[in-house]
Amino acid sequence: MIEFLQQLGIKTRTSFTKLGRGTFFLLQTMSGVLSVLPRPRLLLNQMHSIGVLSFLIITISGLFVGMVLGLQGYYTLSDFGAEESLGVMVAASLVRELGPVVSALLFAGRAGSALTAEIGLMKATEQLSGMEMMAVDPIKRIISPRFLAGFLSMPLLAALFSAVGIIGGQLVGSGLLGVDEGAYWSQMQAKLDFQDDIINGAIKSIVFGFVASWIALFEGYDAIPTSEGVSRATTRTVVNSAFSILGLDFILTTLMFGDH
Amino acid sequence: MQHTSTQDTLVGLFVAAGIVGLFFLALQVSNLSSFTEQNSYTITARFENSGGLKVKSPVSAAGVKIGKVSAIHFDPKTYESVVQLSIDSQYNTLPDDTTASVFTAGLLGEQYVNLEAGGSEEHLKDGGKIEITQSAIILEKALGQFLFKSAEEKK
Repeated sequence: MIEFLQQLGIKTRTSFTKLGRGTFFLLQTMSGVLSVLPRPRLLLNQMHSIGVLSFLIITISGLFVGMVLGLQGYYTLSDFGAEESLGVMVAASLVRELGPVVSALLFAGRAGSALTAEIGLMKATEQLSGMEMMAVDPIKRIISPRFLAGFLSMPLLAALFSAVGIIGGQLVGSGLLGVDEGAYWSQMQAKLDFQDDIINGAIKSIVFGFVASWIALFEGYDAIPTSEGVSRATTRTVVNSAFSILGLDFILTTLMFGDH
Repeated sequence: MQHTSTQDTLVGLFVAAGIVGLFFLALQVSNLSSFTEQNSYTITARFENSGGLKVKSPVSAAGVKIGKVSAIHFDPKTYESVVQLSIDSQYNTLPDDTTASVFTAGLLGEQYVNLEAGGSEEHLKDGGKIEITQSAIILEKALGQFLFKSAEEKK
């Protein structure tokens, strides 16, 4: 019993210590972001490996999610003779929820895990300490450009996901199922508000990008420098990112759309 | 060097695609292009009962959407519902004896405000009031009256 309590205490304390280290790491990273600006090449390389390489998985998933939404929405809405509202349903669910959330989950799986593995391996092969020996700050040189790239790429990826999904819904809805194309777009435009829906969706994706990049980089930086440690850190990145994204999504949704 | 320039192009394409996506959402998906707050004017209508009318419900005249409901509140003195309508400023020639009624689109559709122009020469201006209004038809109330009536007739 005593041992159990001791274990519990140790667990709690280590997780708080980790949170503290993570916050400190985040502050360091953010203060390092300014020193990325004079070296845009570093940022560009990371935009390529984080953003451009996630482009395909995001657009293809977006297309299929939109198509499934169109198909599934049609079956439910046609019971009430409300197929014309298909556009509203597809667009609202994509812009408000699925766009930011699913693209953030894919982003964590595609880019986040790669970041963790890369940085964990850099740590395991002592490249990070090597940099410090040469008086190069690894946070400024390695971490901050990646953080900034993730933070910038995520809203773009989420917007692409939603846009492609809405087109996918339209392809299935009016191409396959015979919903009027004009009604699909006009009902959508009448119901969706720029400020309430599009801007709030974009805010969500910015928050998710921030959190997912932070978790991925911190887990890599904090990994135990062995091959097992790196593999565990990669797993933790995906699990923790998914939890944080879904939890934050709930909080943000209640704040943004709680009253309607 | 060749490698870096391809990378630059790819990143450029990615950012451009993302921005196109955002613009698509703003212009094609949402109502940003069709109706903005700036070029509209506000008029008020008092209803005995505004039913299921909500903020952002459409305001239409002769079946064409010309504005939306911008605010609804209850007047505790007259026990009426005060509905603010923001009308697109290109439709600034509504006569001041316009009638406002709360209608339902279809049997179970959403409720909207319908404006019917009167014959007056004067136009409604920003902050103007619509004097003649017709309340929403509450389905439960109408059903109740109908059932009551048919029970009366049977006696």
